[in-house]
Amino acid sequence: MARFFVRRLALSLVTLWLLATIVFVIANVLPTDIGRTILGPFASQQTVDALNERLGTNDPILVQYARSMRNLVTLDFGDSFQSGAPVMPTLLAAMGRSAQLAALALLLTIPISIVAGVYAARRRDRPSDRAIVLFGVTSSSIPEFVTATFLVVVVGVGLGWLPVLANPPPGAGLITTVKYLLMPATAMAVVYFGYIARMARAGTIEVLQSDYVRTATMKGLSTNQVIRRHVLRNSLVPTVAVIGVQIGYLFGGIIGVEKIFNYNGMGQLMLFAAQRKDIPMLTAGAVVIGIVYMVATLIADLIIAWMNPRVRLDEGR
Amino acid sequence: MAVSVTNAPGPAPAAATPASERAQARRETLKLLLRRPGFVVGIVILTFWVICAVLAMLEVPYTPWDPFDGYDLTIDNPAPPSSEHLMGTDRLGRDVFSRVLYGARDVFTVAPPAALIGVVLGALLGLVMGFYRGITDDVLSRIVEAFLALPVIMVALLTLVVLGSSSVVVIGVVGILFTPIVARTVRSAVLAERQLDYVTAARLRGESGPFIMVREILPNIAGPIVVELTVRFGYAIFTVATLSFLGVGLQPPSPDWGLSVSQEYSNMISGVWWPTVFPALAIATTVVAVNLIADGLQSVLSE
Repeated sequence: MARFFVRRLALSLVTLWLLATIVFVIANVLPTDIGRTILGPFASQQTVDALNERLGTNDPILVQYARSMRNLVTLDFGDSFQSGAPVMPTLLAAMGRSAQLAALALLLTIPISIVAGVYAARRRDRPSDRAIVLFGVTSSSIPEFVTATFLVVVVGVGLGWLPVLANPPPGAGLITTVKYLLMPATAMAVVYFGYIARMARAGTIEVLQSDYVRTATMKGLSTNQVIRRHVLRNSLVPTVAVIGVQIGYLFGGIIGVEKIFNYNGMGQLMLFAAQRKDIPMLTAGAVVIGIVYMVATLIADLIIAWMNPRVRLDEGR
Repeated sequence: MAVSVTNAPGPAPAAATPASERAQARRETLKLLLRRPGFVVGIVILTFWVICAVLAMLEVPYTPWDPFDGYDLTIDNPAPPSSEHLMGTDRLGRDVFSRVLYGARDVFTVAPPAALIGVVLGALLGLVMGFYRGITDDVLSRIVEAFLALPVIMVALLTLVVLGSSSVVVIGVVGILFTPIVARTVRSAVLAERQLDYVTAARLRGESGPFIMVREILPNIAGPIVVELTVRFGYAIFTVATLSFLGVGLQPPSPDWGLSVSQEYSNMISGVWWPTVFPALAIATTVVAVNLIADGLQSVLSE
């Protein structure tokens, strides 16, 4: 296990370096005059030059690259073009609020999708299975912000059940906070239902066809016992993998949802940064979400290795 | 595509099969597809939107960009759906029905080229990675892995801020961001294929790597590539709509659906739902239709 972990961690660090390099290339190497982009077409060339000088965009590209790698190692992504304050504290605070939203979305979607997927696998090709598969395809193909608008119109404005803005009042308790976050979290949860339920279904169907499940059934275990003791542990391996991947993507989809519900998380922060061409903030956002993705997939891989010894023996070698 | 020849032995299997047999196989595939209700529903909805896109270019009830005649921004409110304005009017007095029809055009001019770029580049990359293996594959795999760790929306946001927004930039950015995902799928298809006898035979005949990749392996993984193209088309609509909604995609006064939602959603709270809900429904039906088609193709072509 330790060997597996070390190998997996080393690969993650390589990926992290590459990822930061890709972001650096997009932000600094593409032929753009950053000072001009920020100040707009009507600023004088002198002001543009002065700004480029101050931002360090005139430095040789290797100097800029070294600086961005140092930023990555120290996890300090410099100062915001907009406010001049360091970007990291602002970003982390906003990410904390987004993480609350994401956590609620996952809490809603993971149990429901796994139960639905396993149930669909057991009722394969019957109407209830077809319905779950169809709902899965539908739900995962509609963008989060579209689902969010439907929810706002029906549940928020039409029925008046839930607040249409997501920022809970200061000092709100857990129940109130959940009430405010429930609608945006549902909009995100719906998208991930399709991915997770599909994996849980496919994994379960595959395991149900295996020899050892037939043996278990023939030695007289009830279907529920077979599922609980023999099927789930193996059938949920791909499901855990897909959840790990989706946690990173969650932070991409969250931007639209936060905009609809005016929630002051990292999505709003990124949009604000985009409008003001605040490239250090956007760069930091992209790299930090990349780190979240890698940590999530790393944890998912460890859970998989723990669930299935064959994986850790193969990869550890 | 000629799926029945997937495992056919011998050189250039597609050419070795008589044309009539291939036509037969295609008919069978089509028959299987038409038996799937989801696929048929998807085709019907998508055809509907294609017709809308074409008709909108010929004639729409009102100009999508201007308020209808006699509208006064200072006193008039958005009008709810009526026989005159089927989907009502928005806060600028523009006819929502005309805008939704016209918006279909943007979907079919931006999303397909983006998907196509992603699939063509991804297929080439996947072929190279799967065919040459070794150090080429290791290096490219790590880069692909790093791209996959970055959320598409976030990187697109950064890139569009740096390069500025226009249809062409959106198409290019989305296409390039889709490339690694396609490459990974194609790579695993190639890995399965390259162990088969026909590849070995072609190697022993002394054919060059590029020839084997493009002329021997590519025709045999056409099925997964067609599926991938449809899936990417769905994601391209999803991504472009989201980028427009976030304000970095197509720019006003374009009647793009995502952009319309972004400009009108804040009025939902005061009960003005129609300028938001109709474009949102248009996005939802289109992406669901494309995904139903992709789902049908996947289960028929991958058998």
